Amino acid sequence: MPGPAPDQRMRPEGRRNTQGIRIDPEAEATHEPRMAVLSALVKHEPGVLSEVSSLFSRRQFNIESLTVGPTQDGDTARMTIVIEEPEPGVQQAKKQLRKLIPVIDVEELESAAMRRELALIKVAGDRPGDVQAVAEMYGGDAVDASKDAVTVEITGSKQKIDAAIEAFEQFDVLEIVRTGAAALERGSKTMDSTTMESDN
Amino acid sequence: MSERASIPKRDPEEVPERENGIEEVTTGSQSVIAALEQAGVEHAFGVQGGAIMPVYDALYDSSINHITMAHEQGAAHAADAYGIVTGEPGLAMATSGPGATNLVTGIADAAMDSDPLIALTGQVATDFVGNDAFQETDTTGITMPITKQNYFADHSDTVGDDVSEAFALAEKGRQGPTLVDLPKDITKGETDQWPNPPKTPETHDEPVEADESAVEAAVTALEDAERPLILSGGGVVKSEASEELRSFAHEQEIPVITTMPGLGTFPETDDLSLGMAGMHGTGAANMAVTNCDVLLGVGTRFDDRLTGGVDTFAPDADIIHVEIDPAEISKNIEADYPLVGDAKRVLEQIDDAMTDAPEADQWREQCQIWTEEYPLTYETPDDEPLKPQYVVETFDELADDDAIVTTGVGQHQMWAAQFWTYEYPRTWVSSNGLGTMGYGVPSAIGAKIGAPDTEVVAFDGDGSFLMTIQELSVAVRENLDITYVVLNNEAIGMVRQWQDGFYEGRRMASEYPWVPEFDKLAEAFGARGFRLEEPEDVEETIQAAREYDGPAVIDAIIDPAENVFPMVPSGGDNGLFALNEQHLEMI
Ligand SMILES: Cc1ncc(C[n+]2csc(CCOP(=O)(O)OP(=O)(O)O)c2C)c(N)n1
Repeated sequence: MPGPAPDQRMRPEGRRNTQGIRIDPEAEATHEPRMAVLSALVKHEPGVLSEVSSLFSRRQFNIESLTVGPTQDGDTARMTIVIEEPEPGVQQAKKQLRKLIPVIDVEELESAAMRRELALIKVAGDRPGDVQAVAEMYGGDAVDASKDAVTVEITGSKQKIDAAIEAFEQFDVLEIVRTGAAALERGSKTMDSTTMESDN
Repeated sequence: MSERASIPKRDPEEVPERENGIEEVTTGSQSVIAALEQAGVEHAFGVQGGAIMPVYDALYDSSINHITMAHEQGAAHAADAYGIVTGEPGLAMATSGPGATNLVTGIADAAMDSDPLIALTGQVATDFVGNDAFQETDTTGITMPITKQNYFADHSDTVGDDVSEAFALAEKGRQGPTLVDLPKDITKGETDQWPNPPKTPETHDEPVEADESAVEAAVTALEDAERPLILSGGGVVKSEASEELRSFAHEQEIPVITTMPGLGTFPETDDLSLGMAGMHGTGAANMAVTNCDVLLGVGTRFDDRLTGGVDTFAPDADIIHVEIDPAEISKNIEADYPLVGDAKRVLEQIDDAMTDAPEADQWREQCQIWTEEYPLTYETPDDEPLKPQYVVETFDELADDDAIVTTGVGQHQMWAAQFWTYEYPRTWVSSNGLGTMGYGVPSAIGAKIGAPDTEVVAFDGDGSFLMTIQELSVAVRENLDITYVVLNNEAIGMVRQWQDGFYEGRRMASEYPWVPEFDKLAEAFGARGFRLEEPEDVEETIQAAREYDGPAVIDAIIDPAENVFPMVPSGGDNGLFALNEQHLEMI
């Protein structure tokens, strides 16, 4: 005698959301994405950047920006990766990053961390004085000027650069290049290359 | 059924004694081979070629036994299977370019199942790298996402260490494939450097013990459970934790289900066993996992073939997740109690911490009822035409208890999972995660080389068999005592089953009315061939094939209408498994 058909079978009450998290059956379903700044200390060797970037793309993490450069110690480099993910995704990104062999440590920086990005903005050169005035408002500088164009450098938070770019739109913007964020924790806290913290 | 005269049986007396390994290192290649010997490698599976030739030349003086495969994909699958049955990394070798790309499927397969595997690939000389030289591919680039780590050897003095590290990484922590790409000038280059013994890099974390307080918390949940359940996965095989799992389950009297890679980790003959869960799992296992209140998942990554839709997976259960890879925790299913560590050690920790067994008499009774309500069965109207399930069941009865089963991918794979009774770990060798058709023929070769004294049976489909049939030549040359059973339905049956179920029977490109006669093809390769059509011949044919000392192929012409049930449709609710086509329409 075969047991009950599908619709007659014993069933539990519970439910999970699409992220596999058990939830109140009546309540809201998914976590909203949030912005997270990950800082990774990695071995300064060929292929690391492509390993990290290919990890992020194949796992479908939403990257806002990724920057990399050497540290005070020539053997290591520091990457700053800004991602926008719902909570399980942020944790997953950290854990996947930690798994890569050339990765020494990964931390999520607090929201108060120092975040800086740099932009070079090239605008038409017919109103150089006005351009310089706007640049100064944002603590920037004209770093190149020719008959036809002025290039301005701005450093600061993403919001500040967004605002500056908006302000420059009154001129004829020819080209913009931005670096993406580099970030460090405030205060004396540093990332230690000897400890591999691993949270779950 | 004549034996082919041109392939004489090998008399062990006639095989010359091998020299006992590399005696001196003068080149990068010798250092590579010395590293392998030092790591204890006994067998290598591969195919020769220009860029890998210096390495093969050094292999000439080695104690390592090389098995030449017909295709590099075969080398990778054979090495993968060798790794599964022995627990030691299997070794696959290929030349640059096409040799390396042919390995890719097998490497990806090993990655998905966390099987220990080392791939050594030849590469064009460093001066030519990046120039699109003859037979150049960016092998490290191509294999980056499917290896645990790969290496581009850039110096003759360190190439041996690259291989040592690759070896250590393949087998330590969560196992997996590693690859070393070997440019020809590096392997030919002079060096007197003996490689260091295998050691993983410092940045590689290998958790062993779970945090004690986390164990305490998990144990409390388990003790208080009313409907506790253990889910045993492939990690239990890898960490040799099957004994610990068995004694723990018995002591606490907790029912056990397995994933497909976990087949054999808990004896299916045991009263507490509910069998395999998931898409084609048993009714009892899927009812239990849906209704449990605490699920102890050990060494599993909660693959979607197991969970079905995550929203309905164990929806009432607190999840205790024992896993060596922290990144698997809460990847697919959120863990309420993550226990990061080696399954064997963590099970001991849990066992030590348990004071009271959960009170679950009623639950066990309920599980028993489900087992009786939903046995694995098939309809046998006079047993005509031949039922694949009957072939598998009969073979299981005749085979040794510890026989190893390998498979291709498709319906036959599911029947082999369902209708064979697994009792021991490392007896199920299959492409679980990647689902690679063509895995069957070469994996049986790797399994037999790894476990020469154990009976090896390969169930294959006609489609899967055709994908790597050329490896039969290797089984013949090595005179491997393997019984291949092709469950021949003249179709890529699993696809056809889905077309009938979900595409209104529009059988686009799934019927193979032109399959060759596999028994004759087997004979052409020098193997023994049998054709099996009548149910009354099943036992006799299987016995004849088993008794033949060498590779035998049974071409079993099965009922083409047979489908795999129970079935949970992709992304569906495990508790709503279908027992037949009518159920499929209901859910
Ligand atoms: C290399 C590869 N190609 C395609 C598929 C898709 N696929 C999954 S099962 C299947 C049918 C397998 O047919 P066969 O080997 O004859 O086994 P059967 O299902 O008939 O037992 C196919 C085509 C696959 N898994 N692997």
